[in-house]
Amino acid sequence: MNNLLPVPMLLTIFGAGVALAMPRRPKLQRAVSIVCLGGVIAVAAIFMWHTDAHGPLVLWVGGWPAPLGIVLVADRLASLMLLVAAVVALAVLVYSTGQDEDELRRETPVSIFHPTFLLLIAGVSNAFLAGDLFNLFVGFEILLFASYVLLSLGGTGDRIRAGTTYVVVSLLSSALFLISIATVYAATGTVNMAQLADRLQALSPPVQLLLQLMLLVTFAIKAAVFPLSAWLPDSYPTAPAPVTAVFAGLLTKVGVYAIIRTQTLLFPDSHLTNLLLVAALLTMVIGILGAVAQVEIKRMLSFTLVSHLGYMVFGIALANQAGLAATIFYTAHHITIQATLFLVTGLIERRGGSSALDGLGGLIKVAPLLAVLFFVPAMNLAGIPPLSGFIGKLGLLQAGAELGTPMAWTVVVGGIVTSFLTLLAMAKVWNRAFWGTPPAVESDEGVADDPTGDRRPMPPLMACATGALVTFSLALTVFAGPLYGYADRAAINLRDGTYEQSVMQVQP
Amino acid sequence: MTANITLAITAGFLVACGVYLILERSLTRILIGVILISNGVNVLFLIAAGDAGTPPIIGMFSRSTAADPLPQAMMLTAIVITLAVSAFVLAMAYRSFQLNGDDETADDLEDARIRELAKADEASGSFEETTFSDTGEDVVSE
Repeated sequence: MNNLLPVPMLLTIFGAGVALAMPRRPKLQRAVSIVCLGGVIAVAAIFMWHTDAHGPLVLWVGGWPAPLGIVLVADRLASLMLLVAAVVALAVLVYSTGQDEDELRRETPVSIFHPTFLLLIAGVSNAFLAGDLFNLFVGFEILLFASYVLLSLGGTGDRIRAGTTYVVVSLLSSALFLISIATVYAATGTVNMAQLADRLQALSPPVQLLLQLMLLVTFAIKAAVFPLSAWLPDSYPTAPAPVTAVFAGLLTKVGVYAIIRTQTLLFPDSHLTNLLLVAALLTMVIGILGAVAQVEIKRMLSFTLVSHLGYMVFGIALANQAGLAATIFYTAHHITIQATLFLVTGLIERRGGSSALDGLGGLIKVAPLLAVLFFVPAMNLAGIPPLSGFIGKLGLLQAGAELGTPMAWTVVVGGIVTSFLTLLAMAKVWNRAFWGTPPAVESDEGVADDPTGDRRPMPPLMACATGALVTFSLALTVFAGPLYGYADRAAINLRDGTYEQSVMQVQP
Repeated sequence: MTANITLAITAGFLVACGVYLILERSLTRILIGVILISNGVNVLFLIAAGDAGTPPIIGMFSRSTAADPLPQAMMLTAIVITLAVSAFVLAMAYRSFQLNGDDETADDLEDARIRELAKADEASGSFEETTFSDTGEDVVSE
C-alpha cells in the first residue's frame, strides 16, 4: 500500500509526457489527461480510506535513511486535500475539453494546455504528499512553473501584463522559501519535517520564532493572506476561465495547507495566535470590501477568494482542535466552491457576451439552468444555512468563541460581517446579470438589434462539468456529518504527533 | 560549526543587489535581479553546509572529514530551477517587447481604473471646478 504513494505524481507526469508527444491528436490528448486524473482520484480515495482506517502512509523513496532520504507521507489531511483537488481538477479539465470542442477561433494553443495542466496537478500532489521542506519547495516550483505557462497562454498583451506581476511575486516568494530552507538546515542539519519537529524544539526561542516567521511569510505570499495578497486580484482575472478556476481552487489552498502543516507540526507550542488573528481579520474585511467595489465578475470573485482565505487563517490562528477541524472542512469546501464560481463565470461570459456587470442583464430568461448553476454556489459561498459554507463558518465561529479572547471575538464578528458582505456582492451579481433587462445594443439604424451576435449557447459538456461540481459541493453538504468527523480526526492527528511517529517508525 | 563570514557577506551583497534590480520596471533588469538573488541564496546554502571537506563518497574518504552532500544536492536543484525561471522571464520580456516595443512592466488594471475615475471626478460631489488660466481652460490635468 505504501508503494502507491508516488502514483499521483508519476501518473500525471507520465500523462503530461504522453500528451506532449501528441500535439496533433487533440482528442487522444484529452482522453489521456482525463484518464490520468481519474487515476489520481482513485488513488487519492484509496489513501483517504486507508489513512482513516490504518493510520498514515509513509514511503522513504530510494530507501535512504532520515537526514538524506526523501519521504512521502499521506496522513488524513493530505489525503483529503488530494482527493478534493483531483476531483476539482478533473471537472475543470472536462469543462475545458467542452470549450475546446466548441471554440473555432482558438485563442489558446491547445497542444500545450493538457500537458501543462497535468504538470500543475503533479506539483499540487507533490506539495500535499511531501514529507520534507525541500520536496515541498520542489512541489511548489512544479506547480508554479505550470501556472506561469497557463496564466500567459496565448501571450496576449493582457496576459503578459498580468503574468509579469504574478511571476515576479512568485519568484520572490520562492527565493524567500529557499532562504528559509537554508536557514533551517543551518540551524538543525535536516529538512525532514518529522525530524525537524523534534530538533527545532532544541533551538533557542528567538531562532525558532525567526524560522517560523520566515516560513509563515513565504506561505502567506502563496496563500494570499492580507498584506501579501495584492498580487492576486490583478493576475487571476485575465486568464481563461478553466485556468482561473483551477488556480483559485488549488494554488492558494496549497499555501494554506503548507501553513497548517508547518504551524502544527514544526511549531506546535508557538501559535502566534494574535498575529494570525489580525491577519485573518484584515484579509477577510479588506478582501470583501474590495469585492463589493468591483463591477467585473471575475475580479470580484478574485477578491472574495482573498477574503475567504481569512476564514482558513482564522482557524489556523486558533490552533485548537475545533479550529483546525473547521479549517480543514472549510478548505475542502472552498476549493470546490471557488472553482465552481469561476467556471460559471466562464459560462456567463459566453452566454451573455461579457463578464462586466454593465454588459449583462436578464440572463435568467435566456439561460435558467445557468442561473441555478450560479445561485447554488453563490449562496454556498455566502454561507446560507443548510449549505456546507454555513457549516464550515459555524464551526470556525464556534472555535473562536471557544478561545474566547477579545481578539478572537473581534474576528468572529468580522467573520459574520464578511459573510453578509459576501451575500451583498453575490446579490449584486444576481440582480445585474440575471434579473433586469438585457442592455440594448446600439446599432447604426438606431434600433436595438437582437443581441445574439457574440452570444453563443453553452456547450453541453461545459454545463455538465459545472453541474457536476455543483453536485459535488452539494454532496459535501449532504455528507457534512461524516466529512466533519473525518476533519475532526485529521485535526486530532495534527496535534498528537502521529505524523512524526509514523514517519520515524518505518525509517529504513 | 563556524560560519564563514566572507560567504555571508557575499550572499548578503548579492541579495541586496538583486533586490535593488528587482524593484526596477524593466523586465530584463528584474531578470538580472532574480538571478543575483538566486545566486545569493545558493551561497547561503554553502554556509548551511558547514566547513569544506573531502568529497562525500562512501568508501573513499572517512565519514568524519567529508563535506555535507545534502545542501549541494539542494543547490543543484535550485540552480536548475533558476535556469528555467530565467528562460521563462526572458521569453516573457521578448514577448512584451514584440507587443509594446519595450519590456516594461505595465500598470495594474485596477490602478488604471481608479486613476480614470479620479480624472473623471466621479468619486466626489463636493469638488469645486477651478480654473487657473485666463482662457478658462483647465490646466490642472496636465
